[in-house]
Amino acid sequence: MIVLGYILKKEFKQIFRDKTIIAMMFAMPTIQLIILPLAMNFDVKHVNLAVVDHDHSSYSRQLISKIGASGYFNIVAAEPSFQQAITYIEKEKADLVLEIPADFESNLVREGTQKLGVTVDAINGTKAAIGGNYLLSVINDFNQQIPVNAGRNMPSGAIDITYSNWFNPLAEYRFYVVPAVLVLLLTLIGGFMSALNIVREKEVGTIEQINVTPIRKWEFILGKLIPFWVVGMIVFTLGLGVAWGVYGIWPVGSFVTMYVFAAIYLVALLGFGLLISTYTSNQLQAMFVAFFFIMIFMLMSGLFTAVDSMPPWAKLIANLTPVTHFIKVIRMIVLKGSGFADVQKELVYLLLFAAGLNGWAIFNYRKTS
Amino acid sequence: MEEKVIVCKDLTKRFGDFYAVNKISFEVNKGEIFGFLGANGAGKTTAMRILCGLSYPTSGEATVAGFNVYKQTEAIKKNIGYMSQKFSLYENLTVLENIEFFGGVYGVPSAEIRKRSDNLVQKLGLTAEAKKLVGSLPLGWKQKLAFSVAIFHQPRIVFLDEPTGGVDPVTRRQFWDMIYEAAATGITIFVTTHYMDEAEYCNRVTIMVDGKVEALDSPANLKAQFKANNMDEVFYQLARGAKRSGD
Repeated sequence: MIVLGYILKKEFKQIFRDKTIIAMMFAMPTIQLIILPLAMNFDVKHVNLAVVDHDHSSYSRQLISKIGASGYFNIVAAEPSFQQAITYIEKEKADLVLEIPADFESNLVREGTQKLGVTVDAINGTKAAIGGNYLLSVINDFNQQIPVNAGRNMPSGAIDITYSNWFNPLAEYRFYVVPAVLVLLLTLIGGFMSALNIVREKEVGTIEQINVTPIRKWEFILGKLIPFWVVGMIVFTLGLGVAWGVYGIWPVGSFVTMYVFAAIYLVALLGFGLLISTYTSNQLQAMFVAFFFIMIFMLMSGLFTAVDSMPPWAKLIANLTPVTHFIKVIRMIVLKGSGFADVQKELVYLLLFAAGLNGWAIFNYRKTS
Repeated sequence: MEEKVIVCKDLTKRFGDFYAVNKISFEVNKGEIFGFLGANGAGKTTAMRILCGLSYPTSGEATVAGFNVYKQTEAIKKNIGYMSQKFSLYENLTVLENIEFFGGVYGVPSAEIRKRSDNLVQKLGLTAEAKKLVGSLPLGWKQKLAFSVAIFHQPRIVFLDEPTGGVDPVTRRQFWDMIYEAAATGITIFVTTHYMDEAEYCNRVTIMVDGKVEALDSPANLKAQFKANNMDEVFYQLARGAKRSGD
């Protein structure tokens, strides 16, 4: 225990002596947390639409003006033919083309059905898909008004679905994205710092001097883990401050629950970094290995895509990364106010990760080769 | 009978088909300055790493300070000091911080650390630099500091791997004064070197060629045996037949 004290003293001194590292550790998450969520806006507005109206009837004009008035679309062109309209997509001036066939009005009134052509630019998949959905819902809405306008008793959609976004009533992306970005930054900083640390001692050669002392393996690993854990908790606190100050996000749930999870998550994550450190022999290798895993963490943790809609094998991988569980818990606590009882399973997962990864790192660290 | 602090018998380290150390046997007495010579790649560092508990031998037997190199590496580590070929104190810690850290890790009580480090800094003439980062010191001072840190916890044996590489002749001389002083307190010195004048300072010298011990005796006896005027000639006669070279 006394020996651990000396190791900690040394590690803290080394971390806090390097002013650049300090700045990187604290300025980077603050700035990124301010910038990234603003850019990661999943709300789609200003979808550019080119319209081809072959009908020129009052119904077709009503539909077009309704689309224009919805607030989601800019009608960038009205062209007489589809061939001309599609050039707008080709030149990236439009995301969608809406084609209204001739006899739109008469078919609607006479037969009660009509087909519309919607062409989307699938290069910017998200925008076009969401824009396409918006367009469909506007058309759908229009559809339901027709019988009223026509003054006839036509059967329209019998089941009317209305959404409400529970826990995030305005469906604001920031409530969803900010906590996840915070987790991501914590993961990046914690993961890289710990992954590069032991390996740097290997590179400089000081590890040899450590290995020839009677330091116990667990003392050495704990001595590396604790300082980064403290740094991680500071970064986390800083991030919560930014979330509140900049985005007005104040967690619905308890801070205690959140900090308990953050504490355990960090132990797991740092254990992972140290494990990489014990397997690699220089900083470049450690960097690549850490990068490989952190990419997977980022893309599979449910930050960008819902884990529930992944194929089973991907879901399995997602569940095998600690990040997935932590993002889930943080979102639940921040948005929903979940307590310990609701997130017990995640707690067990994270504890297993923490014990497993650190145990593995201690096991794999060899003082004698 | 003299106390043996290191005993090696047929010690071997093999990497694939390559015998880095091939059945070496020798004994080192307590308080002795034991020189370990050999060309680059002869296997000196590998042998030394085994004796320090940093590497397991492939076969053969060895004990250091009475502890087995297979099973009791951590017990060996408590009883030795080690100064590697590559400078390995922390460059981003100060002189005093380095001393405190390594002293603490070896279990020297904190009051004792303070007392001894004051003396040490004074003796090395580093009083003005005590609070400077080690990275900013010139090489000669770094090496003297590294040696002092290696014996700070008063180990029974200290292993020095080419401690004077790249150091000027005056500092080298001072370094050997420090070695003699440590030996006088009963610390056994196990030292590798490429400088043949330094070999003359040793009580006994081993010359390794291609992983094997080719000669082991006092410098005077070796010179007589090989009919040479100095250790340089002895070394040359033995090492020119070497098939391995380079690190």
